Amino acid sequence: MDLGSLLNALILGVSIASIWLIAALGLTIIYGTAGVINMAHGEFIMLGAYSSYMLQFYLGLPYLLCLPASFVIVALVGLALERGLIRYLYNRPLDTLLATYGVSLVLMQGVRLIFGSDPKYLAVPEMFQSNVMLGSASISAFRIVVLAITAFLVFALWLLFYKTRFGVQVRAVMQNKEMAASFGINSGRIYMMTFALGAGLAGVAGALFGVLAIVLPTMGASYVVQAFLMVVVGGGSLAGSVVASGVTGEMQSVFAFFTNDTFARFIIFVLIVVFLRFRPQGLFAQAGARR
Amino acid sequence: MQFTRRNLLKTTAAASAALAAPHLWLPTASEAWGATLKKGEPIKVGLLFSLTGSLAVPEEDSTLVMQYAIEEINKAGGVAGVPIEPVIVDAKSDFAVYSEKAKELILREKVIALFGCYTSASRKAILPTVMQRDHLLYYPTCYEGAECTQNTICTGPLANQHSQDLIPFMVQQFGKRVFFVGSNYVWPKESNKNAKVWLQKAGGELLGEEYIPLGSSEFGPVLNKIREAKPDFIFSTVVGASDIAFHKQFKQEGFKADKMPIASLTTGEIETRAMGAEFGAGHFLSAPYFQSLDNPTNNKFVESFLKSKYGKNGTTHYNMEETYTSAYVFKAGFEKAAAAVGFENVTPRAIRDHSGGVRVEDNVSPEGLIWIDENNFNCWLKPKIGQCQADGTFKIVKAADSHVAPDPYSIYPDAGVCTKDGLKSPDGKIRKSVI
Repeated sequence: MDLGSLLNALILGVSIASIWLIAALGLTIIYGTAGVINMAHGEFIMLGAYSSYMLQFYLGLPYLLCLPASFVIVALVGLALERGLIRYLYNRPLDTLLATYGVSLVLMQGVRLIFGSDPKYLAVPEMFQSNVMLGSASISAFRIVVLAITAFLVFALWLLFYKTRFGVQVRAVMQNKEMAASFGINSGRIYMMTFALGAGLAGVAGALFGVLAIVLPTMGASYVVQAFLMVVVGGGSLAGSVVASGVTGEMQSVFAFFTNDTFARFIIFVLIVVFLRFRPQGLFAQAGARR
Repeated sequence: MQFTRRNLLKTTAAASAALAAPHLWLPTASEAWGATLKKGEPIKVGLLFSLTGSLAVPEEDSTLVMQYAIEEINKAGGVAGVPIEPVIVDAKSDFAVYSEKAKELILREKVIALFGCYTSASRKAILPTVMQRDHLLYYPTCYEGAECTQNTICTGPLANQHSQDLIPFMVQQFGKRVFFVGSNYVWPKESNKNAKVWLQKAGGELLGEEYIPLGSSEFGPVLNKIREAKPDFIFSTVVGASDIAFHKQFKQEGFKADKMPIASLTTGEIETRAMGAEFGAGHFLSAPYFQSLDNPTNNKFVESFLKSKYGKNGTTHYNMEETYTSAYVFKAGFEKAAAAVGFENVTPRAIRDHSGGVRVEDNVSPEGLIWIDENNFNCWLKPKIGQCQADGTFKIVKAADSHVAPDPYSIYPDAGVCTKDGLKSPDGKIRKSVI
């Protein structure tokens, strides 16, 4: 165990953090804006993976094009869901929790009925299936792809929320819906668009996770807990989720390096519980946010 | 409805009665179940597998292949001239549901035997029920041993059969330095305990042992440790979706199967197809069955199973084959019992008592002749080692010369020997139903 190995663990931590963050991005946006606890987020991720699989299998689309396509497909599913169900439940967070849980079961079983429960295979270009040396540290090319896409999405979301007119409207609705409405902002439309955006981001996550792990109707469940954890620790804001993922991802990697994987998870949960005991609102809760 | 105290009490009473209802009708052990077999009525067996949830991938295939086997047996005249009728339930990958459904199958459906479970956790969840009712469970998959129940018949390989050849083979081929990776539950841990015994005998050296939570798909930290330890090969007892993630990330992190192969007890045809053949190629699996086994029985089994409506997932697999043979072990045991005590007097206990030594000949069993041990009711079989090829099929690189005896207590000599009456300790005492 030397400095080089520790460096290895730290670099790996960044990569784990990016995976946790990309799972949490869509959830953060939906929760942060509209206060909807979206239990179907894991199934949105699953739909993203299946979208990529279908595009590859039936249309022969190259992997890198599957990412934006999965974004669009799952965003459309999100849009339909928002129009058909979620919009009747705003300001009733517990009801959204129950309704989206039902949706998650329907999506999971629906995909299972159509595609069967056997795992599907997502092909990636040969160039992503190698490792890259960073000094003495070695990291897989695909993890760098995940990292780059996560960084790109965070930057794009920052631009969207802080540099565009749409972003100002979103933030206005987040802070005070009634006040925003009296300024002529259509909060229903903002909610609809952020829900679709959040779903689309889950779609991209699914297209990435399908390569790292497995494409299965039940795959969403393994990511959704992690995603919720990041949102709760982060306090529901974009910056909060970024920092929460960064810190916990590093902790996971470094603790696992000194002890083992199972113990690292255990200790992270303990630390999160202790943290939430003293700061239940999470890292960066938006002041005055109305849920 | 007004929300008054009276109404509340009424509703609560009604609700608790409804909730308790499934338990109220349970008869006591003494009246457990009478002779329900009647000439001319089908023999009911319970298929207790998960069709939904995280265990559905292997267990749905078990249900399908079991239905296929039953259909085949029925077409050929059934068991003792009577057709089998499967009662199929969905255990939903939930251990509480396994236990509840096991009771339901035994007491309400009055099945004569259960076929079910894939993980040791679900088996342990239903065993108390099965033993209390003196019933019979066919457990058709890999099994870690260290149990002696008198109510289980197992057609998969025990831990001692699984790694006995694999570990020395890998040490000889690739070197003595090995790293163990497993899922974090009872089967991998027990299997690894066994593997350590064989590793020590083969002169190998254990560099590290890591366990990953079941269902986890992040192998970065483990691969980091493996890179640091530089083993000659990896011994894996990672199961399910995690196993696929493990193999994918192994290659994506730049590890090479020809320099540091993974020797697994579970990575078969279903898994390599799901991960993509290029991620499986070069790695090793120890199993009694491979789809590529070239013998007339297997060729016929693969062809007609995949053509049938039950072969929709497009592959056969060691786990499916062990399930398939369990149906024939049941048939043989039942017929022996019926011949001895008369058809209408056949009980689960009678089937078990007559199953010791029953054989599934090589014209029925796709893996070749197997038979049930007279004492511990596990299976005598020939473990084989296959190497995954570029197309995802397995090439048999080594097959045991002779059948290997199942020994559930091979690494616990102090515990004793499992006999048909119970666990016989070295001091001669016999204990029944040891789990």
